[in-house]
Formats: sequence, C-alpha cells, structure tokens
Amino acid sequence: MKRLSTFNIVSLTLGFAFLYIPMIILIVYSFNESKLVTVWAGFSTKWYGEVIRNEAFLDAAWVTVRVAFFSATIATILGTMAAYAMMRRGAFVGRTLFSGMIYAPLVMPEVITGLSLLLLFIAIGLDRGIVTIILAHTTFAMCYVSVVVSSRLVSFDESLEEAALDLGCTPFQAFTSVTLPIIAPAVIAGWLLAFTLSLDDLVIASFTAGPSATTLPIKIFSSVRLGVSPEINALSTIIIGIVTVGVLAASVISKKQISRAARDAAMAERDD
Amino acid sequence: MLRAFTAIPYAWLVVLFLVPFAIVAKISLSDYAISIPPYTPTLDLAAGWEGVRAFFSELDFENFVFLTEDELYWKAYLSSLQIAILSTFLTLCVGFPIAYGMARAPEEWRPALMMLVILPFWTSFLIRVYAWIGILANEGFLNQFLMWIGVISEPLQMLNTNTAVYIGIVYTYLPFMILPVYASLERMDPSLLEAAEDLGCSRMSAFWHVTWPLARPGVIAGCFLVFIPAVGEFVIPSLLGGSGTLMIGKVLWEEFFNNRDWPVASAVAIILLLILIVPIVLFQRHEAKEREAGR
Repeated sequence: MKRLSTFNIVSLTLGFAFLYIPMIILIVYSFNESKLVTVWAGFSTKWYGEVIRNEAFLDAAWVTVRVAFFSATIATILGTMAAYAMMRRGAFVGRTLFSGMIYAPLVMPEVITGLSLLLLFIAIGLDRGIVTIILAHTTFAMCYVSVVVSSRLVSFDESLEEAALDLGCTPFQAFTSVTLPIIAPAVIAGWLLAFTLSLDDLVIASFTAGPSATTLPIKIFSSVRLGVSPEINALSTIIIGIVTVGVLAASVISKKQISRAARDAAMAERDD
Repeated sequence: MLRAFTAIPYAWLVVLFLVPFAIVAKISLSDYAISIPPYTPTLDLAAGWEGVRAFFSELDFENFVFLTEDELYWKAYLSSLQIAILSTFLTLCVGFPIAYGMARAPEEWRPALMMLVILPFWTSFLIRVYAWIGILANEGFLNQFLMWIGVISEPLQMLNTNTAVYIGIVYTYLPFMILPVYASLERMDPSLLEAAEDLGCSRMSAFWHVTWPLARPGVIAGCFLVFIPAVGEFVIPSLLGGSGTLMIGKVLWEEFFNNRDWPVASAVAIILLLILIVPIVLFQRHEAKEREAGR
C-alpha cells in the first residue's frame, strides 16, 4: 500500500495542474513586453515599474494594509475574548444568541453583510471611509479568529489555570501569564487569517468604503472589469509573491515550534 | 473578568451584526423614494408616540409582492440555486480524487501536498478569478491552445457564459472541498480495504462499502462549504459570467448600486437569507453531530 497507484498519481498531477497553471500563466505573462496580454513579445519588467509608479495603486495598497492591520488586531482581541468566554462560562443569559452571532457571519453571503453594515452606518450618520471598513472587517474577522482560538482552547489543560489561581494570581493575571502564552500560536494564526481575509475582501469593502478610501481589491476589480491588463498581472504577481512568502514562513515557524515542544516533552520525560 | 470577556464582543456583535439586520428588515418594508436616504418612512422620534405609530403604519410587504411578480427575481433565485448545486457537484468530482490521492500518498509527502492546497486558499480570491479571464477570453490561452492542436478552427465563446462561472466556482472553492474530504480519508485505515478485498470484494465495491461511508462526513461538510457561499456569489458571475448569467448576489448589487432601490435590495437580501437558513442549520447540525461522534 506504500506505492501510489497510477490512478492516484494521475489525479494528483491533474488536480495540482488545475490549481496552479492559471496562476503560473498569470505570473509568466506579467513579464511580457507586449501590451497584448496573450501574445508573448519578449521578457520585460516594465509593468512592474508601471505598478510602482502608479500613485492610485500605491494609495489603495496603503489603505488596504492599514485597514487589514487594525481590523485584524481588534478582531484578534475580540475573537480571543469571545472564544475564551464561550469555553469557560457555563450557561448564561443570551448564550445561544451569542454563539449564533459568532457563527452566523462565517456563512453569511458577503453581499448581505455589506449591505446591512452600510445601512447601519447611514442610519447612524457615520461618514464612510477607513473607519467604517475597519469596523466591517473586524466584525466578520473576529468570528474566524474565535473559531481558530476555540479549537486550541478545547485541548487546553484547565488545571494549569487553576494552579495559577491557587498560587495567588487574579483571574486576569492567570489568563495573561498562563493561558495566553500557551494559546499564542492559535492567536497568531487567527491574526494572520483575519489579516488575509481583510486584504482579500472586495464585496464588504465596496459597500462600506466611501469616496475618500479605496482599497486595493476595489481598485483591481474596477480595472479588471475592463479586461486583462499587464499591469494588473504584475500587481497580482507581487501579491501572490508576498502571500507565498508569508504562508511558507508561518508554516516553518509553526513546524519549529511543534518540534521544539516535542523535544521539550521528550526531555521532561527523560528527567522523570 | 469572564463577564467583561463576554460583554465586550457581545456588545460589538449586537451593534454591528444584529442591529444592521433589523435595519435591513425595516427598510425592506419601506417604500422607494427620491430623497436622501432613498426610502420612506423614516422614523421621526421628535414627533413622539404619534411619529412611531405613523412609522409602523406605513410599513408593508409591497416589495416582497413585487419580487414575486417580477420574473427576474424568481429566475435569479432559481438560477443561483441551480448554479450552486451543479458547481458543488462538479467541485466534489474534481476535489474527491485529489483528496483521495493525498490521503494515499506517502506520509512524508502529505504536509507538502497540504501546503499546495492551502496556498491558493490564502492567495487573493479576486486574483484567482482574474487569472481565468485571460485563459477563457476569445483570444485567450485556452482558445489559442485548442486552435493550435487543431480541435477547433474558430475561437469558442467561453468567457461571459455560465460555463465560465462553473469553472470559476470550482476553481476558487476547490480547497474548501479537498480539505474536509482529505481530513476524513486520512484517518481511514488502509488495511480495511485489504480486508474487504480479501473477503472477495471487487475494488469498486470495496470503495463503495468501505471508503465512501468513511469519507461521507467530509464530503457533506465540503459540499456545504462550497454550496452556501456559492449561492450568494457576486465576484465570479460579474467577472466571468455574461449578461445572461443570473445570480442573486449580482442582482442585489445592481439593485443597490445601479438602481439605488434600497428597499428592493433589502427585500432581495431577506429572501436570500431565508433560502440559506435551511442549509446553514443543516450544516451546523451536521458539524455538531460530528463533534459529538469525535469525542
């Protein structure tokens, strides 16, 4: 059973080809000299120069990064709090509503979330701009964070917290000095997820952005509607590159952490 | 402390999730008006109790009646459901063999294969949809390739058709199908299959009697994860679909941004939500059952 059958090799090859060929074509043709995207006319990096000189793209990218940073940070704080409260508290009034509100945004169509938040901002007279996008992104991202953090809390040994309390910690100290360091990888993973979701979002941002703030996906979407352009290919390649480096780095870090934890456990066992 | 940990996210979600829905529901019962905001009535609290009563007496279900009368909306809901169902099935057909191959691959390959599935998931959704425009266009790569090998002599119209929408959904949602199916297949003990074959099962019947039942929880989870967002999809039909592609997410968007008819857009949203509640509840039940079984 060790050997892969032909069927499995074929299905893996075709499957990964399907997943990657479109992106490889995109990357290759971002180095195309010609303005016609589908005709190869020689190697050139001029479209990258165009992207870097394009003020509108740079402004939008800066808005996007700021929105993603703030919304991911607030969402991580709120999501971790929510996950911890759900895990540690027994029954309380409104628990069902709370858990419903945490899960609902995960499955809600984006057009509905966007529409409803926009109508809220208009009803309370909040001007649309960076702040409203941050509020909107925080709301749906905190739900993802809370799912990620709760999955870590399930396997968390509660007696460690109890020991800290017995040793005179306040509940808050026990949380910050015992629980938080242990669940930190999940919290970081939650932050990264929230950050990426925010970078990526088009629909909710389009509803909640005002004329003063345009995010990169909104900018890309409006130019993509007019067709394929080598400039967008170059911009996409840059984004794909950043994401790839980020994901690979995150996986290397977490792998190191796991192997260190395994080593520590093995050493502890030997000492016994 | 636990009280504060509950209260702060709770308050946030009530204000930014629950209240907005109440507003959508309210506006769906209002009338379209050429004003700012573009609907009546607006709640006039200054008029006191009379104002509140006047406000409620003006709400009605007119927009919902309008949705049932205008063919466009019915067709859009039905065609969204149809596109979502068919593309979920196609995603399963493409994703299952990949997940199966991954689960059968040597153990030391699996983390790398997992990485290869997850990486596109982290890459921008918009960029992945955009990549297909260049492939499917009339002068695009697929047409060039097909003409080069001589299968066709004229370029096929692929972009701006429903076919392109199916390809787009399968492509972008594939990781959501592969990951849960892989998770359930990975736990499977391959000696079960050997046992079935030793007992006289053919390969095919061993698959149906052993592998399929074990994979089913992952398949169900994957199907929900693809189906639910696909129904309300907006980006894929608007970039890859044509003028004939009716999907409700696109209708809602156009109603809101192009026609500026907020009451009808809100009514469209409410109905979409009512349609999705059934699969969402089924999905949560399924997940809860799986968690129970896992314990």
